[in-house]
Formats: sequence, structure tokens, C-alpha cells
Amino acid sequence: MTARRIRGAAVTAALTAGVAACSAPGGGTDDAKAADSVVIGVATEPETLSPLLGYGKDGNSKIFDGLLARDAGLKLKPALATALPKITDGGRTYTYTLRDGVEFSDGEPLTADDVVFTYRTVLDAKTNNTAKSELDAVDSVTARGDDTVVFRLKYPYAPFAARTVLPIVPEHIAGKQDPNTGSFNTEPVGTGPYVLADWRKGEKLTFKANPRYWGPEPKVKTFTMAVIADDDVRATRLRSGDLDGAVLPPNLAATFAEDGDKRTYEAKSYDFRAVTLPSDGPVTGDRAIRRALDAAVDRRAMVDKILDGAGRPAYGPLPTDDPAFDPAVERDRDLAKADEILDKAGWKPGGDGVRAKDGRRASFTLLYPSGDKVRQDHALAYASDAKKAGIEVKVESATWEVIEPRMGKDAVLAGFGSVGDPDFGLYTLLHSSLAGDGFNNMARYRNPAVDKALDTGRRTQDPGRREAAYGTVQRALVDDPGYTFLTHIDHVYVLADRWDGLTTQLEPHEHGFASGPWWNIEDWRPKR
Amino acid sequence: MARLAGRRALFAGPVLLAVTFGVFAIAAASPFDPVKAYAGTAALGADQETLDRLRANLGVDQPFWTRWWDWLTAALTGDLGHSTVLRQPVTQVIGERLVWSALLCAVAFAVAVLLGTVLGVLAARRPGSLVDRAVSALAYLLEAAPVFWIALLAVWLFALRWDLLPAGGLTDTASRQVTFGQVTSHLVLPAGVLAVSQLPWFTLYVRQGVGDALAEDPVRGARARGLAERTVLLGHALRSGLLPVLTLIGSRVPELITGALLVESVFSWPGIAAATVQAATAVDFPLLAALTTLATAAVLVGNLLADLLYGLFDPRVKLSDM
Repeated sequence: MTARRIRGAAVTAALTAGVAACSAPGGGTDDAKAADSVVIGVATEPETLSPLLGYGKDGNSKIFDGLLARDAGLKLKPALATALPKITDGGRTYTYTLRDGVEFSDGEPLTADDVVFTYRTVLDAKTNNTAKSELDAVDSVTARGDDTVVFRLKYPYAPFAARTVLPIVPEHIAGKQDPNTGSFNTEPVGTGPYVLADWRKGEKLTFKANPRYWGPEPKVKTFTMAVIADDDVRATRLRSGDLDGAVLPPNLAATFAEDGDKRTYEAKSYDFRAVTLPSDGPVTGDRAIRRALDAAVDRRAMVDKILDGAGRPAYGPLPTDDPAFDPAVERDRDLAKADEILDKAGWKPGGDGVRAKDGRRASFTLLYPSGDKVRQDHALAYASDAKKAGIEVKVESATWEVIEPRMGKDAVLAGFGSVGDPDFGLYTLLHSSLAGDGFNNMARYRNPAVDKALDTGRRTQDPGRREAAYGTVQRALVDDPGYTFLTHIDHVYVLADRWDGLTTQLEPHEHGFASGPWWNIEDWRPKR
Repeated sequence: MARLAGRRALFAGPVLLAVTFGVFAIAAASPFDPVKAYAGTAALGADQETLDRLRANLGVDQPFWTRWWDWLTAALTGDLGHSTVLRQPVTQVIGERLVWSALLCAVAFAVAVLLGTVLGVLAARRPGSLVDRAVSALAYLLEAAPVFWIALLAVWLFALRWDLLPAGGLTDTASRQVTFGQVTSHLVLPAGVLAVSQLPWFTLYVRQGVGDALAEDPVRGARARGLAERTVLLGHALRSGLLPVLTLIGSRVPELITGALLVESVFSWPGIAAATVQAATAVDFPLLAALTTLATAAVLVGNLLADLLYGLFDPRVKLSDM
């Protein structure tokens, strides 16, 4: 009996020791971390790494370069091209000259044919690229010799140069495959500062420095993007030292504020949350209702309460930091004005606190995608603000499959935001020709003055006239709001304080993979 | 034995066929939109022309039986098609992931069978004793606890509170190589949780089987002859008590697979589970059909294996009768 018990204890001890020994390698990650390797936690991974299907279309791809790139202030600068394009023919012909001596990471030289192949494949209707319409203006793209590429446009399109940050792929590899299904989707080859070393889908992507890179040699030799969907798990693994940095919601980022080894970066963004007010809806189609809602909503409180201060009130689709932002449209909450507008328009207060006009109650449904906490909070705050003006907003959550067919009649808590040029975000959001076209102009907004200004902004090359046109658009949106713009959301990142040269750009709606303080990781310098 | 296997193989064909057909039918009826799943977040900014073009390119408007027939005829020639959601050939998806799922399941299964047998014998030795009551109570408790709940509890305890074991992944995030030590340390928690979820069945079956055997004449006779308690327990009672467990092994395979799906997602284990979930929500027909076929085949093989083992070990069963 005793002997057995002793033997049992020995087995238990051995098992425990075994478990402890197994755990040892997992515990020893945080010491002696090299400054030339970086591990970042992000929430999502790209579906594909092929630019032909849309990867890196806004620049900032670590594996690829475009003809042009953007600096920290989002100004265009040459990348694979030697200079900004020569624009001739009244804004309809763009000519680029390629940099000498650029090689793909497999050693083949970059030629004008690679550029032509890339654009032609993206424009091919058989290629499953979701962003093809961004290049709608292109009529033809041709190579002149080995180092010159000429784009001819169907109409003068002022912001076209900003589209040429599109990454260039090697024709000698991608040209031999079906762009939709080929192995290039997961085994990309480009000219960028890094090459893909390993991609375990759903777990992580590892990049290492490209020895053939045409630019200065990156000091960060390897970096890993760990895909961790859950915010709390990402924060925990950042705290445990498993990650060097992560994208986090503001409230979780705040828990690192006291941590001396970590720095928090709040990137301002074009990422807005807005309520679409369908012009075909019986209540939301009434301009008085839309103006009253715009006056009744407390944007400041949403920024403070919902976003923990990590954001700015949105007075229109353009954030206050955009050079084209018109300060004249900044406005505070004004409940008295909302009441006045509604009284004048004949919406009379009813018995239950909800106004009515000609027997119709001032009531409509607001949908938001289920599971999105930030949008849910915005929707509830919006409903409570609207209530104070006597407008009933019924908040409902649903999946996009349910929301999509109802977008024409019901309001939706939407989020968008494009960087690069006011035209990119505003035209698809507001132009009447795109009303109800897929997810473009979800509110079916129709305003001839806005259409005219958008067309001017798109076609003229004169910067002064363009700025004036976008000023007109912003002021028209105050007078006739098709959307209630609520907030612009800051994207928050926490990173170990081990490098110099970290900055953030103004970011688009999508973030976390291409955007973030690591947008220029090739320029980081380890701290001494 | 060959006849049994042959008959089962004949039967497996129609079953697999029906299962794949069912998968295509159910997926076609699901509310998920394959175009949106394919485009991801980009779809939420796309114009109608783009969405229509994708719909046409992906061929998602064809009736599901046409797509099933196309998939089936291609699959019979060895071409499992291309996964739309993972942008990889289906064979590659399975090839890259199946090995990790198999490792996880095999380790968990071995642990569950061994530990279950040990606990079952301990409990059966003295029915009604403290050990018996503790083991049985634990078994019923674990049987009732959902796998994902046990998994979350394990992460909280071992990874967050005590910081003993990594919370997820196949290797440390920063490490570039898949080494034996790394995988082992990362395997402990998921395999342990999966084993624990399977444990109660084996424990309870062994306890019952060995308990019954202890009361049977041969065992009582052996005891009467004065054989050591150890020989009686392990040599006589356990051998006949284990027979029901053999059938159990086959019937536990389906649950092992569903359990592995949950465990893999909680521990971000790069097995086929994540692929299965993605394939289902994205209505990725080729991938979904291939994975379901694989799971069905595993169940059929598991059942066959259990029957064969039973025939081999139980002298009362003749395989030719089955």
C-alpha cells in the first residue's frame, strides 16, 4: 500500500516536472529581444497578397512598390518612378519614367512592361478586383521603351496620380497564372523593402528584409504580423511580451498608459461614422427632419463618451485635419434650432413626445451591423439625441445580408473614409449618378449643386478651384444633409518604445495592416 | 475481416455522395453571400457593377446541383478545386493543416484512452469507495461541461493567471521555425482540453466494464485460487472490461472532430478547424465539401476500426457474422 502510494507520488512529480519543462520555452520569449525584429498584433489578415486583387492598392505595401508613394503627410513622392508624372493633353495624359536598376526580389529587373501588365490585369473584367472602379478613368496604358509608361484617360481626372500608388507586380511570374487563383496570391514577389518569409493563414505573416531592395537597407530585419481577432487577447499578449505592438481599442490602450516601456500612438483618420438618411424614406427624405437631426446631435459627447476622447467630431466627410476642410462648417449642438426647423416645417409635437405631420409620425429605423460595439454605441446615442428633438429612431442590429436590401429605405450606421484625395471618398458617397449603386451613395443623396461641385473637383487641375469646389460640397451638406456625420475615429496603437522614427499617417477606414505606426517600418532605427 | 471491410467500403460510397450533396444544398440555402465573403471589407465600399462582376466570375449564380456535379466530377479526377475564401487550392489547404489537426486529435485521443482506463480501473476496484465517488462525480461533471468552456477556463488559468503555458498558436509568435519543443509546449493545453472533454466516456465505460467483470465467475475463481489482486484486476477483469471501450473508440470519432473544431478556434491552432468555419460562413463550396467528406470518411473508418478490433479481441464475436 505504502509502496504504491510512493510510486504514485513519484509519477505525479515526474508529470508535473514534465509539464513545467515543456512550458519553459514559452516563458522565455521576452528577454533578449532583438531590436531588429518586430512582432505586431493585428485583428485581421488580408485575403490575398496579390495587388492584382486589391492588396496594397492605397500604398504602404511592404512587399511591393507603386510608381508613386506617400510620405507621412500623405504627399505624393516618387517611388518606382523617378519623378511625379508629366501631365499633358489638358490633364488626360500622364507620363511616368521608371527608376533605373530596380529589381524584383527574385533578381529580375523591373520594366515598363511590368507596369502595363499590372494595370491591364487589374482593369480586366475577368480579374476579381473589388477596386477596379477606382481606375475607371483609364482609357489605355502603354509602355514606351523599357522605362516609360503612358496613361491616357477618358476624361481629365485631377487626382489620378494618387491612384498610381498601386503596387507593381512582375509579369514574368504573375503573367503565367490565373490572377484569381494562382499561387501569386499567397507567394508574392515584389520590389519592396521586405519579402514574405512565411504565411500561416489565420496565425501570422512573417516578413524579412529584401536584400535586393533599391532603397536604403531597412534596420528592422524581420517583422511578424500576428493575426489575433480578439481585442483582449491581443492586449494580454502585448502585456506578456509576446507582441511588441498592437492595434487596440482606446479603453484597452489606456491600460498601458502607465507602462514606461510602451508608447501609445493615436493616428488621426478619415474613418467616419455617419447615419445614412435615405432620400427615398418617407421621414428621412424630408429635408427639415435631416436638418433638425443634424442640429440635435451632440458630436462632442460621442467623442468623449463612446471613443474615450480618441476621435474628433465629424462636421462632414472630411476630417478637420484635411487641407480641404472648410472651418465654416464647424457647428455645435443646437436643440432650439432643431425645434424651430421642425415647427416651421409643420412637424407638430404629438402626445407621446414624438412629432407628427399629416398623420405621419417622425419615426424611422436605424440599422447597424451586429457585433460592432462602436457603431452600436453611436446608434444608441443618436437615437437618444433625436428623441430630444421629438424624432423617434428605432435602433436595430442586423448582418450586412439583411441590411443591404433595406439600405434604400432605412437608415444605416455606416463607416467609410478614403485617403489620398477628397474626390476618392466624396464622389462615391455623394454623387447622384451613383445613388444606390452597390454600397456607393447609400443614402441615395441627390443634390445638383453637389454633383456640379464634385465634377469640377474631379476634372480641373487648378488646386485653387478644386479647393473651392470641395468647400461648396461641405457647405451644401450642412444646408441639405443626406447623412448625419457623427465622428472621425482615431486609430490607437501601443508599441514597445525601442525604435526611433515612428510616426502615423492620416488613415483610411481600413487600418491595422497597411496603416499604423509601422507604415514606414523600413525607416525605423533601433534605439541605443 | 476483408469481407467486412469490403462491405463497409461499398456502403461508404453512397454515404459520402449523399453527404457532399447535402453540403452543397445546405450551403446554397444559407443566408451568407459568397460575393461579400470573397471580397471581405472591400465589398462594403464596392459599386454594383463590381459586385455583379464578382458574382459572375465566381459562378455563384449556378444552381447548387450543377456546382455539385462539377465539383464531384473534378474531385474524382483528383482536382478538389480552389478555395475562394483562402485563395489556395483545396489540396494545399488540407495538406498544410491536416497534419496539425491529426497531431492534436491523436495526442488527445491517446491521453483520453490511457487516462480514462486508469481512472476507470481505480474507480471499479472498490465500488462506492471515496475514489469511485470522486472519479464518477468528476466524469459526470466533465461530461456536462461544454468543450469551449473548458478551453477558455484552461487559457485563463494556465496562460493568464499562472503564465505556465502559451495561450495559443503553433509556435511563439516571434519564432520563425516550427521546432519540436515549441510545438510540444503549444500542444499541451489544446490537446489536454480535448483529452479532458473525451475523458468521461472512457472512464465511465471502463469503470462499468471492469466492475461487471470483477463480479463474474472467472474473476471470482481467480481470486479464490489466491492470485494476486494486481493479476486479477489487470489480467482478468480489465481484459474483458475493455471490450466495450473498443466500440466506444469508433463512436467517439465524430465528437473528437467537432471537439477539435472548437478547441482549435479557441487556441488559434492552425488546423483545419479555422478553415472549416471560414469555408462555412463564406459558402466556399469546394473547401466545405472536401472537409465534410474528410470528416465523414474519418467517422466511417473509425466505426470500421472499432468493429474490427472487437472481432479480434472478443472470442465470442465472429467477423464473418457482422
